[in-house]
Amino acid sequence: MSDKTIGDSLREQGISRRGFLKFCATTASLLALPPAMIPQIAYALENTPRQSVIWLSFQECTGCTESLTRSHAPTIEGLIFDHISLDYHHTLQAAAGSAAERAREEAMKKNHGKYLLIVDGSIPTGNPGYSTIAGISNLDMLKEVAAGAAAIVAIGTCAAFGGLPKAAPNPTGAMSVSDLITDKPIINVPGCPPIPIVMTAVIAHFITFGKLPQLDNLNRPMAFYGQNIHDRCYRRPFYEKGLFANTFDDEGAKKGWCLYKLGCKGPTTYNACATTKWNDGVSFPIESGHGCLGCSEPQFWDGGSFYKPLSVPTIKVHDVMAYTAIAGAAVGLTVGGLNAMKKTNAVKQHETVTIDDLERK
Amino acid sequence: MSTATFERGYAAFKEQIDSPIAAFFNSCVHCGMCAEACLFYTETGDPKYTPIHKLEPLRKVWYQEYTLLGRLTSLLGLTERLTDADLAEWKHLIYDSCTLCGRCSVVCPVGNDLVYMIRKAREGMVAAGHSPEGQIGAAKRAVIIGSPMGVQFVTLQAQIKHAEKTTGLTIPIDQTGVEFLVVLSSMEIINYPEYLEAIAKIMHQADKTWTLCSSAFEATNTGIQIGSSDIARQLVNRIVEAAENLRVKTVISPECGHAYTVLRWEGPNLIGRPYRFKVRHIIEVLDEFRAGGKLKTEGFEEARLTFHDPCQLVRRGGVIEQPRKLLGMVARNFVEMEDAGKMNWCCGGGGGVSAIDEAEELRTKVFNRKKIQLEKLKVDTLVTACANCRIILEEGLEAYEMDLPVVGLTEMIAEHLVEDK
Amino acid sequence: MMSAVDFLAWVRGPMFNIALIIFIFGVIVRLLEMLLIGRKPDYSEARESAFAGGVRTIFRRFMPADTGTLQRSTTVIFAGYVFHIGFFIVLLLFVPHILLIKDTLGIQWAGLPTPIIDAATVMTLLALLVLLINRLVNPILRFLSTFQDYLIWLLVFLPVLTGYMAFHHFIQPYQLVLALHILSVELLMIVFPFTKLMHTFTLFFARWYNGAIAGRKGVKA
Repeated sequence: MSDKTIGDSLREQGISRRGFLKFCATTASLLALPPAMIPQIAYALENTPRQSVIWLSFQECTGCTESLTRSHAPTIEGLIFDHISLDYHHTLQAAAGSAAERAREEAMKKNHGKYLLIVDGSIPTGNPGYSTIAGISNLDMLKEVAAGAAAIVAIGTCAAFGGLPKAAPNPTGAMSVSDLITDKPIINVPGCPPIPIVMTAVIAHFITFGKLPQLDNLNRPMAFYGQNIHDRCYRRPFYEKGLFANTFDDEGAKKGWCLYKLGCKGPTTYNACATTKWNDGVSFPIESGHGCLGCSEPQFWDGGSFYKPLSVPTIKVHDVMAYTAIAGAAVGLTVGGLNAMKKTNAVKQHETVTIDDLERK
Repeated sequence: MSTATFERGYAAFKEQIDSPIAAFFNSCVHCGMCAEACLFYTETGDPKYTPIHKLEPLRKVWYQEYTLLGRLTSLLGLTERLTDADLAEWKHLIYDSCTLCGRCSVVCPVGNDLVYMIRKAREGMVAAGHSPEGQIGAAKRAVIIGSPMGVQFVTLQAQIKHAEKTTGLTIPIDQTGVEFLVVLSSMEIINYPEYLEAIAKIMHQADKTWTLCSSAFEATNTGIQIGSSDIARQLVNRIVEAAENLRVKTVISPECGHAYTVLRWEGPNLIGRPYRFKVRHIIEVLDEFRAGGKLKTEGFEEARLTFHDPCQLVRRGGVIEQPRKLLGMVARNFVEMEDAGKMNWCCGGGGGVSAIDEAEELRTKVFNRKKIQLEKLKVDTLVTACANCRIILEEGLEAYEMDLPVVGLTEMIAEHLVEDK
Repeated sequence: MMSAVDFLAWVRGPMFNIALIIFIFGVIVRLLEMLLIGRKPDYSEARESAFAGGVRTIFRRFMPADTGTLQRSTTVIFAGYVFHIGFFIVLLLFVPHILLIKDTLGIQWAGLPTPIIDAATVMTLLALLVLLINRLVNPILRFLSTFQDYLIWLLVFLPVLTGYMAFHHFIQPYQLVLALHILSVELLMIVFPFTKLMHTFTLFFARWYNGAIAGRKGVKA
C-alpha cells in the first residue's frame, strides 16, 4: 500500500481537475447529498491516503465480483477501484497461496483498525469444511479479519442476508455477516448481484466522511435502497390503469405493460435498479421484460414462486382447501346430526301443555 | 299435578328452534332497522322494544344448544345461561309489546322473519308459566266454555233468532253437505251481531248453501295468541272435526285476523295433516262472489272513508287487493291510508295484546301512530275487516277523543245488497 | 424479533394456511349445523309458490321495503350500501385480489384501475366511520350493540385501512404494511364463521325462509 492520495493517483493518470470534480459531483448526487458537499468530497478524496481494503469471498458465485469488474471505462466505479488499495482479493490478486495470505496478514497488521473489510458470500456455520481458504474456515477468517476492520461492507445478498446458500433447507447452515459480527459497523449492499455503482459510492462516502452513509432498517444505504422498484418503475402507470401482461408473449407483454401478474416483486423490493439501471444505464430486468425477483431482499429465494403474483399465498392451497372442506363436511354432518337428534328428542319429550299448567303452582 | 316450570319452558324453546330460526339468528347484524318498523319503538322511543331484542331468550337457547361455539363455551361455563328471571323480564317484551304484526319481518334487510320467532318464543314462555294472566284466563274460557269471552251456544242462539227476525231469512245450523261452514268470533256475537245478518243476506243473494255449527261456532283461538300449539290444536280441532263431519267444501273465517291465520295457515300444521276442506276469509269469499257476478250492490257510500288493513290479513295473510275491489263497489270517496296494504301499521291490539290488562296503557300510547294517520286523511268513516282491530280502533279513537265511526266491510257490503234479485 | 420480510413470509404462508383452514372448516360446519336442525313440513294449502317467494325475497331484500323504511333508517341504509358496495368493489375488483381468487378458486375476471379502487376504499372507510358513529350515537344501536359488534367493526375496518396504507406506502418498509394487511384479512377469516359475519352466507337462507313462508301466503315479502 502506498501513501499516495487518490488525487495524486488520478493526476498521475492524466485526469484533469475538471474531470475529478465532475466525479465528485456525480458521487454526491448518487448519495443524495447536497451540492454544498461536493468540495468536501473533492477535498477528502484528494487528501486521503488510498484506503486499504481487504476483500473476503466465502460461499459465493463470484457474480458480485464479476458485476463490479464489468464496468465501462472510464466510470466512477472504475476510478474508485483503481484508486483504492485492494490489499487482498483472492479472485483478483496476482499472488496465490501463502503469498496471498501473507499480503492479507500484512495489510491487517499495518492498517489495524483502519482498513475496510468487504465480504461477499455467506458463511457456513455447519461443518466448517464446507468452505475454507488456505485451510482456514470462513467463519474463523471472518472473525479474524473483522476484528481489526474499521467497518465492514457486506456485498451481495449472500453476505448481507445469507442469500441463495441460506435458502431452505440451508444445508450448510449459511449465515450473513451481520448474523455473526455484531461489534462493527456493517453496511449491507445486497443484490444478486448488487449494482456496481452503489458499491463504489458507498466506499467514496466512507472515505469522505469516515463513517457509513445513512442506512435503512436492513442496514442498506438509504440513498440506493430508500425506494422500492415498483414506485420508480416506468411501467407503474400501466399498473394503475389495470393493464397487465398475462403471459410473457402476449400483447400486454409486447406493449410493455405491468408484470405484476407474472410475479414481479417490484412492490416489495428496495433497490435502485429502476433509476440507476444496469450495464451503464442501458436497462434493468423489468425493462427487459421480466419481473423483478426481489434479489436485494432477505429470503428472496424462499418468498414463493418468482412467477406467482405477490398477492398470492406462498403455499399450495388446493389440497388444504379440499381436505378442509372434507373435514368440515364430516364434522358439520356430525354436529348437524346431533342438532337434528337434539331437536327430535325435544319434540319427542314434549309435555303437552293444557290449561291446567299455564301457571306456576 | 302438572305445572309450568322453567325447565319445561327451556325444553319448549329447544323444541321450537329449527333451521329458519338458526338462519335468522346467524344473519342478524344488529342494524336496528326492525326497531324503526315496530310500533312499540316508534311511538315510545324506547330501544328495549327493538324486535330482535325481544328474542334474546330464544337466541340464548339457540346459541347454547345448537351452535358449535355455543356448545363449547357453555361446557366451559363461559356463556350466560338463560334464567327464569330473564323470562320474567321478557314477558313484557314478548307479550305486551308485540302484536305479531310482522312489519319487522318485512323490513329486515337480511330477511329475518321475526314474528315467526316471537310466535315460537311464546311456546317457551307458556310452558315456563310466564304468559300473561289475561290470556291465561281467555285460554281457559276458550277450552272450558268454548269461547275466550265466555260465549256459549245459547247466547249465539239468541243472536240467531234476532237475526232471523230482522232479515226474514233462516239461519241454518248443523246442516251437512252444504258449501260453506261459517264460523264467528265471539266479538261478532257480542259486539257486532250485524255481521251474522250480513252473512245471511249475502248467502241468500248469492244463492249459496251454508251453515253454522253448534259445536264449532267460535273461530278465535287463544292458543295461538298465548303461544301454545297444544291448546291451539285442541281449539282448531273443533272446527276441523265439524267441517269434516258436516262435509263442507269451505270454512269461512270471520272478520278476525288471527282466526284467519290459525284456520288458514297454522291449522293444518297443528293437526299434522292437510285439511279435507278449504279455508277462506269472508273478504276472499265476497270477492269471489263479486268476480262471479253473485254479489249485486246498489248505491254508494258518500262519506269519505278509508280502510284499516288487519295485519294478519295483509302482511301475514296475502289478502290485500280483495277489500279494495269490494270497497270499489260501494264507496265513491275512498282514500288509502299512508303505508296501506302490506306495510300497514297495526292497531296495537293484535296478537293477543288486547287481552292483556297490563298492556292497555302501552297499547293506547302506541295507537298514536293510527291517530296521526287518520288525522292526515280527515275521513268520516273507518272501514276494517277484523273485529279485534275494530274494537281496538274504537277504544283508541275514544281515548284520543276522536269521533269516527268504525265499520266492518262485510256489513257495509250487505247494506248495499240489491234486495229481491 | 421477526423482520418485516419474515413476517410477510409467515402471513403469506403458514398463517394464511391456518386462516384458510379455520375459515373453510368453520363456514361448512356452521352452515350444516344450521341446515340439519330441520323444519316441519307445511301442510297448509298454498296460495302461491313458496319456492318463487323464497327466490323473490332473496333479491327483494337488497332494496329497502318501502320509502317509509328508507326515511326512518336513512343513515344505516345509505352508509350500509356505500360500505357493502365499496367493500365488494375493493375486494373483488382490485387486480392483486383477483389474482388471489384465481390462485385459490381458479376463476378470474377483469379488474378496475387503481384510482377507482382507491376512491372506493376511501368511500368504504368513510362509510364504516359513519356506521360506527351511528352505532355509538343512535339509541337503538347503542342499546343493541355488544362487544362483538364493535370487534367486527374493527376487524372489517382494519383490512380496508391497512390495504389503503399499503397501497400508499404509509408504513415503511412495504413488506411490513403488506403483511399487516394480509394478517388483518386473516384475522377476519378466522373470526368469520363464529360471528355475525356469517350473515354473508346465511342471509340467503334467512331471506329464502322468510320469502317462502310469505310467498306461500301470497305475500311479496
